[in-house]
Amino acid sequence: MLLREIAHARAGDKGNISNISVIAYDPQDYPRLENYLTAERVKAHFADIAAGEVQRFALPALGALNFVLHDALSGGVTRSLALDAHGKTLSSAILSLDIPDQDSPTVLAPTA
Amino acid sequence: MKRIRIGAGAGYSGDRLEPAVELVEKGDLDYLIFECLAERTIALAQRAHMQDPAGGYDPLLAERMRAVLAQCSEQGIRIVTNMGAANPLAAAAMVREIARSLGLEGLKVAAVIGDDVLDTLRAGQFMDDTGQPVNRLGERLLSANAYLGAQPLVEALAAGADVVITGRAADPALVLAPLIHEFGWAMDDWQRLGQGTLVGHLLECAGQITGGYFADPGYKDVAGLARLGFPIGEVAEDGSVVITKVEGSGGQVTAATCKEQLLYEIHDPRAYLTPDVVADFSGVRITEIGPDRVLVEGATGHPRPDTLKVSIGYIDSYIGEGQMSYAGPGALNRARLALSIVEERLKITGVQTSEIRYDILGVNAMHRDRLAAPHPEPYEVRIRVAGRTDSLREAARIANEVESLYTCGPAGGGGAFKSARDIVAVLSTLLPRDAVQASVHFGENQHAVT
Repeated sequence: MLLREIAHARAGDKGNISNISVIAYDPQDYPRLENYLTAERVKAHFADIAAGEVQRFALPALGALNFVLHDALSGGVTRSLALDAHGKTLSSAILSLDIPDQDSPTVLAPTA
Repeated sequence: MKRIRIGAGAGYSGDRLEPAVELVEKGDLDYLIFECLAERTIALAQRAHMQDPAGGYDPLLAERMRAVLAQCSEQGIRIVTNMGAANPLAAAAMVREIARSLGLEGLKVAAVIGDDVLDTLRAGQFMDDTGQPVNRLGERLLSANAYLGAQPLVEALAAGADVVITGRAADPALVLAPLIHEFGWAMDDWQRLGQGTLVGHLLECAGQITGGYFADPGYKDVAGLARLGFPIGEVAEDGSVVITKVEGSGGQVTAATCKEQLLYEIHDPRAYLTPDVVADFSGVRITEIGPDRVLVEGATGHPRPDTLKVSIGYIDSYIGEGQMSYAGPGALNRARLALSIVEERLKITGVQTSEIRYDILGVNAMHRDRLAAPHPEPYEVRIRVAGRTDSLREAARIANEVESLYTCGPAGGGGAFKSARDIVAVLSTLLPRDAVQASVHFGENQHAVT
């Protein structure tokens, strides 16, 4: 299933760094996010876009994860050649990530 | 417990005007803030200031003030804004002029200056965030503005300002300053300053917390976006805040809208750096306590940084851009052919670019090829070529190569667009606090801020 089914997201920009929050609609789905949405998976998803490191910050009380994608905005909003120089549309791109359904063993497996 | 009602009348320079008027008319406000200064806005404003010594402030300043000033004065609503941009003194003079024209005698308008540190940076040896000396920019260096904290704004309010106009201050400081002033918070009460900074961060983008920039039909439905209400923060003395909006206005305030805004432009939620405090949002609790009423509490903070961040604006390069549309059967193949023609033409004619991209809008322009996996051919697409050059002349040649597809490219191209412009880019550096001296000006009078 698509991440979109269980979470919403917003992207922000600071210089050449994009941050994308992913927030579970239902707090009960948060452990699935935490388990499956590793920094590595997000980095792989954005391989064409984010050249640098991807950091993940967890906010369990909010049912949210915050991803910080370095070197992801083509030099930053002020000098980027991209049509979406702020990287605002990246929030939608993360929601197109495929995540395992609830009963999938992948969800239960410990993350690497 | 004492409570202060703060409304956010703008989340960026070009924001809508009516929601601020609605806030003033129906919001029962104590303070109205307008956050209008983005990273690049101040650099562009500095350039406008150079071209016109009386200019360089927000283009919508006069319109906003004419819309709200009389009623704010009547109700005792104090206004705090960074619409001064590169010229807070001229902005304040303009607001005094508008006040006089509206018959508002005795309105006190304060300008906060001192954020402009261009001379300091030119005179010293400073490194920017890429590790290179700032001096290398030479004549390309346009502006340098330090992020001021709440202190000078608090002093302006304490001196009786009805309107406070700043240039570059940290966005949350526009809200934090009234809270410090009203509640008498100490400047080292890190917990309250952290929570007050959170309130500022939640309110600073205005409609982004009341349902603007949130709707996703079928998943996140929001009613009344065309008459979106802007937020009101009801802030208690302990810093906890209820986010709400004018009853009957469009949009919505929910835990979800507050969570999205909480994390907007945040990196490590435990360490949100501002001039006033290193705010810690990691323990924040968000509770819906009624329709369009959300309680946000639990932020804290750590001692403020010793240095202030400085945004440096400079002429970086030039960008030439051209676009053309293709539609109907075979549109995608004709678009691809068009791009390959432009690429070859730029080689043949020797246009030098340091960076270039070839996009097909409707296919891969946003997220490149990998995420834009195979989809059915769209009915219409638009090509876009954008390249970086060292001169405006070279940039224009890129744009022209796309436009000339009209007569020399594939069949059926239409709707050409072209542009060539210089790019004011932004770098940052850090300055010791004592290198930055803010001051507050009331017309002829001024006093330095300690």
